[in-house]
Amino acid sequence: MIDSVQNARDTPDHPQPYSELGLKSEEYHRILDILGRRPTSSELAMYSVMWSEHCSYKSSKVHLRQFGDLPHSEALLVGIGENAGVVDIGDGYAVTFKIESHNHPSYVEPYQGAATGIGGIVRDILTMGARPVAVMDPLRFGPADAPDTQRVLPGVVAGIGGYGNCLGLPNIGGEVVFDDGYLGNPLVNALCVGVMRHEDIRLAKATGAGNVVILFGARTGGDGIGGVSVLASETFAADGPKKRPSVQVGDPLTEKVLIECCLEIFAADLVVGIQDLGGAGLSCATTELSSAGSGGMHVVLDRVPLRDETLAPEEILMSESQERMCAVVRPSAVDSFMEICARWEITATVIAEVNDSGRLTIDWRDERIVDVPPKTVAHEGPVYERPLARPLDLDDLRADDPAHLPRPSTSEELRALLLRMVGSPNLCDKTWVTEQYDRYVQGNTVLAQPEDAGVVRVDESTGLGVAVATDGNGRFARLDPYAGAQLALAEAYRNVATTGARPLAVTNCLNFGSPEDPAVMWQFAEAVRGLADGCRALGLPVTGGNVSFYNQTGDKAINPTPIIGVLGVIGDVARRTPMAFGSVPDEVLLLLGDTYPEFGGSEWAWSEHHHLGGRPPAVDLGRERAVAEVLATAAEEGLVSAAHDLSDGGLAQALVECCLRGCVGADVHLAGDPFVALLSESAGRVLVALAVERLTRFADLCKEHAVPVTELGSVRPDHQTLTVAGQIGVPLSELRTAFTGTLPALFGSG
Amino acid sequence: MPRVVVDVMLKPEILDPQGSAILGALPRLGFDGVRSVRQGKHFELEVDEPVDEARLRELADTLLANSVIEEFTLQVMPL
Repeated sequence: MIDSVQNARDTPDHPQPYSELGLKSEEYHRILDILGRRPTSSELAMYSVMWSEHCSYKSSKVHLRQFGDLPHSEALLVGIGENAGVVDIGDGYAVTFKIESHNHPSYVEPYQGAATGIGGIVRDILTMGARPVAVMDPLRFGPADAPDTQRVLPGVVAGIGGYGNCLGLPNIGGEVVFDDGYLGNPLVNALCVGVMRHEDIRLAKATGAGNVVILFGARTGGDGIGGVSVLASETFAADGPKKRPSVQVGDPLTEKVLIECCLEIFAADLVVGIQDLGGAGLSCATTELSSAGSGGMHVVLDRVPLRDETLAPEEILMSESQERMCAVVRPSAVDSFMEICARWEITATVIAEVNDSGRLTIDWRDERIVDVPPKTVAHEGPVYERPLARPLDLDDLRADDPAHLPRPSTSEELRALLLRMVGSPNLCDKTWVTEQYDRYVQGNTVLAQPEDAGVVRVDESTGLGVAVATDGNGRFARLDPYAGAQLALAEAYRNVATTGARPLAVTNCLNFGSPEDPAVMWQFAEAVRGLADGCRALGLPVTGGNVSFYNQTGDKAINPTPIIGVLGVIGDVARRTPMAFGSVPDEVLLLLGDTYPEFGGSEWAWSEHHHLGGRPPAVDLGRERAVAEVLATAAEEGLVSAAHDLSDGGLAQALVECCLRGCVGADVHLAGDPFVALLSESAGRVLVALAVERLTRFADLCKEHAVPVTELGSVRPDHQTLTVAGQIGVPLSELRTAFTGTLPALFGSG
Repeated sequence: MPRVVVDVMLKPEILDPQGSAILGALPRLGFDGVRSVRQGKHFELEVDEPVDEARLRELADTLLANSVIEEFTLQVMPL
């Protein structure tokens, strides 16, 4: 029996499982008010997925408005609200980039969860009219030696590699971080960058009555039904793994064909609007397209090509089968559209027609099963001003300053500490992960992990390129979410600048616990405020982003983890600054910025003492801007031969990485307490190497921008040892063994 | 020694890209009339007596099949 609109009118008291679908009683009553009757089961399915936290941003909306209120940026071509933001990088090129989470699916089924995360973000970028050119993955896992991390990490990494490599997309960076809080709730975020010409930008809207809607790509199956509301908006119980909702399996080779097919369709200018099918599938695509466009659409659901003929209409509307797209096409262009799809062997079907009725109507077996105002589903869902409360333990946490923790008292102890630190899971070499990704396919990758930012060339003739970095530090954000978000922003910004690029725009993926917990909501509000203020101070627009709530195990939330992505432009990628020492003779080492004894939330406190307390490092965004300006100018003038941002693990970590990357030693002398100099995590600092004859000009440049410079010593190509004067000397071979041995020992040599 | 046969298939609602690829290749090779292909895995285990079927199911569920996306059948073959 089909639950038609007529049937819904005739049976007003028919009980409906709204709470099982994740709707609150007042939300259900709101639907009754909107429709003036009970919803049909198909309408209920659509409202429930579209009003889920994941799709509606109902808890975050009131805070995210601050991003839209940032000053207008000349570079911003398409802002928040579309599938992804678009920025102008000059020469007629536009770049779109966005980051999304696929946390819960990746916990349930690590390989497919991570793989479909890549698939989804790539389609978002494609939808804007762009050719996807690179991906990045910031990842967070439980303790490296925990049994469940042994299950989740290899699966996630293989899934990212498996899907991304099949698409022929270089994976140019990201992060791998381990922390107890992510044990039952890993974070798998995926970023994609795409490039297009200005005139190629496409938007997700269905305009023009009489235009048709074509569903193309993979057939619709029963996978991931309800995934969006069940997976993304509910907390895993403490007994986690037993709850295994249905997940999706993707097919990257179908997606690759879909990308090429779409780009050919765009080039022939055959679409009026386009939308990918991700979370909430057809429910999302049909309501969002019509809500953003002329306001009306009529769908004949029987026309949807199915993989499984037994699917019910509610299931077809909610299915999250991968590799599907929806295009709005003028009737005159349909034949050409179909021809291109046929050549790529892509199934394409006209499923709907745009009209100006202001209603989204859907028929199934000749009965009307949906008749709703699409805006009420897609854009006018519930909005909550959730209660906020400063976490009760915050003052105690902040008062617990790491100054009381024991520090090394002899140079032998400092030397041993240095070796332990570079081999700790968070600081060690991540080659085990990144070598499973294709980093150089397409031949445009200029820098990739372990460099500070990924850099890809956009134009072969001019060398124009973009640099992208993602950063986030959940410990800093736990101690101070406002400062933590700004520190993540500052680090990503600095990483981009370190390669010689000028930062241009920001995206974000905000990973938090349950919004129904006032303490979590306070963290979220503070982080958003910090990020918005930070972007204002740096003069950068937020182009879009993603919120992932309910990241918790039982009632224990993860550390608030805002992951910030910054994109920058470099005029000529041949001028980029790499991190390896030793590329030119007679290099001297300089440290830009100031070092303070800042250890709150530091890697040292965590990895050595399992301590989290005190205050995170101070943020000075004016200084960050000045440092970035120095680095970009220095790259343009060819002044510096290497640069590396100082962050987790401080100066010691940066020195080790630069020496090992270049296979050269260095002699370093430090003023003051060597422990503080080597391991403090003060922000706004960059390690720079340059040929001695460039020193005067570079020092002038720093002076001009009021950036403090400290001479640290020199690179020693002749001497395979990192020496800190009067303290320690460690042969590179010993450092390399400590640095590279950790992940293979934990996860197998592959 | 008893032989145990475990057949693992993707759950019916899960997309099977390899099966789809085979289905796509068949007409190109001149084999018409095939409506659907699903690909699975077949395991043969030789085990000690006595056979503990519950324990074997646990084995299959833990290692041979990924029960999030796959299901399996298990048969103990008589000698």
